[in-house]
Amino acid sequence: MSQSGKAIPGAGLLQGLIVTMRTMLHRSVTDQYPEVKPELPPRSRGVIALLEENCTSCMLCARECPDWCIYIDSHKETIPAPPGGRERQRNVLDRFAIDFSLCMYCGICIDVCPFDALFWSPEFEYAELDIRNMTHEKGRLGEWMATVPAPPPHDHHAPRPKEVDAALKSLDAPARPERPARKAEPAG
Amino acid sequence: MTEVLEAALRVVLVLGVFLVLPLLVGQTEHKAMAHMQSRLGPMYAGGFHGWAQLVADGVKFAQKEDIVPAAADRTVFKLAPAVALIPYLVVLVAIPIGPSMVAQKLDLGLFFVLAVMAVGVLGALMAGWASANKFSLLGGLRTAAQLMAYELPFILAAASVAMAAGTVSLTGIVEAWQPWWLLWQLPGAVVFFVAGLAELQRPPFDMPVADSEIIFGAFTEYTGLRFALFLLAEYAGIVVLCALTTVLFLGGWHGPFADELGWLWTLIKTMALAFVVIWLRVSYPRLREDQLQRLAWQGLVPVTLVQLALTGVVAVAK
Repeated sequence: MSQSGKAIPGAGLLQGLIVTMRTMLHRSVTDQYPEVKPELPPRSRGVIALLEENCTSCMLCARECPDWCIYIDSHKETIPAPPGGRERQRNVLDRFAIDFSLCMYCGICIDVCPFDALFWSPEFEYAELDIRNMTHEKGRLGEWMATVPAPPPHDHHAPRPKEVDAALKSLDAPARPERPARKAEPAG
Repeated sequence: MTEVLEAALRVVLVLGVFLVLPLLVGQTEHKAMAHMQSRLGPMYAGGFHGWAQLVADGVKFAQKEDIVPAAADRTVFKLAPAVALIPYLVVLVAIPIGPSMVAQKLDLGLFFVLAVMAVGVLGALMAGWASANKFSLLGGLRTAAQLMAYELPFILAAASVAMAAGTVSLTGIVEAWQPWWLLWQLPGAVVFFVAGLAELQRPPFDMPVADSEIIFGAFTEYTGLRFALFLLAEYAGIVVLCALTTVLFLGGWHGPFADELGWLWTLIKTMALAFVVIWLRVSYPRLREDQLQRLAWQGLVPVTLVQLALTGVVAVAK
C-alpha cells in the first residue's frame, strides 16, 4: 500500500485484485431485511409509545415539542367527595396523538415527561401510503408499549445510579440511636 | 440431405451456446461483483439465489417501449444493435471447442475471427452517429478512438501466436500449442486480453460509455429490446474474447483427458477468463481518455512488437 515512488510496478494493481478477492471470500454484510429482522442497537428511536395510565394531561410534552406534533385533548372530572372530605378534580385524557409525519424524533417529549408516560420503542415498520395516515392516536401509541424494551444495563464503568447509592447507604449505616424524647420545656 | 441436417444442427448448437453462455457470464457478474462488494446480488428471481434474474431482466426489456428519437437516422439507428451483436455470433462459428468440435473449420480462422470481431464495434459507431444526441456522438467518437488504438496491439498479439504455430487456422494453432508457450507468449497473451477488453469497452476501459459523464455513450437513446441487444452483445463479446484467448494462448482443449473432455477444458478456461474480466471490472477505476491512449500506444504496442521479435527469433531458432 506504500505510496512512494519506489514501489514495485504493478503492486497497486495487484493490491486492488487482492482486496476484491478477499472481500468476495468473506461473508457479505447484507441483512436480508424483510426475512431477517435487523439487530437494532440499544436505545433505537423507532416510534414513541404512550403508557396512558401514567399520563396526567399536563401538556408538557405538547408544549416542549419543537414542531408541535403532539395533540392532547382532556377534560376535568370531579371525583365525588368521600365522607368527611371534599371534592377533588382530576384530568381525563380524551385524545393523545402524535403526527409522525411532523415528528423529528428528537425525544424531547420523552425526556420532559415527569410521569414516565412516553417511551422510545425500536418498532419502525409503520409506513403509510398517505401522509395523513401518519397521525397515530393513543390506542395505536399504547399498542407500541408492548415493544418497548427493558432499559439497557448501565455501562461497565458507569457510576451507580444515585437512587441505588442512597438505598445502599441507608442499609450500611449503623442503626440510629433512639432519639430521646424531647423534654417539654417549661414555658419561660 | 444429411449434410443439410448436420449444418442445421451445428447452427442450432452454436446459437444455443451463443444464447446461454453470455447469460451465464452475466449472472456470474451479478453474483461475483456483488460478493466482491460485500453484497449478495439478486436473491429473489427464480427462488434460489436469484438464478433467473437475467430472464426477468429480459422480460422487462421486452415489455418496454421501443423509442426512436425524432431526429435520429431511423434505418441506421434500428440496424445498429444487430450490427453490434451478429458478428460475435458469426465468430463463435469458427472457434474450435474440441479437437474435432468446431461448427465450421476454417483454414483462415484467425483472419476471419479478427476481421469479423472488428465489425462488432461498428454497431456502437452507428448507434452513436444515428442517435442525434451529443452524448451518443461523444460516445461513438470515443469508441472510434479506442478502436483505432487497441485494434493494432490486438492483431499484433494474435499475429505472434500465428507466427509461433506457423498457421492461421485456429484448430491448427491449438494443435501446435505446447505448455511452454504459456511463458513464451505471455506478454502477447496479456496484451491480447487487455486490448480485447478495451475493444469490448469493458471497465476499466469503459470511457466510451462512462455513465457519469456521457450517460451511456452511444447507447443513450436506446430502450427496450434494442438496448438489451447491445447489452447482450457486450456479454457475447466477453465470451468470444475469452474463448479466443483460450484458443490462442491457453492451449484450448489441452489438459488431462483431452481426448474425451477436451471441450470441457476449453469451456473451463473460457469461464475462468470471463471471471477475470469481471474481477478486473470490480477492482479498477475507469481509465481517463489520455490514459487509455497512452496505455495503448506507449504500453501495449511496444510490448507486442517486442513479443513479435521474440516469437520470430525463437521460431527461427527452433
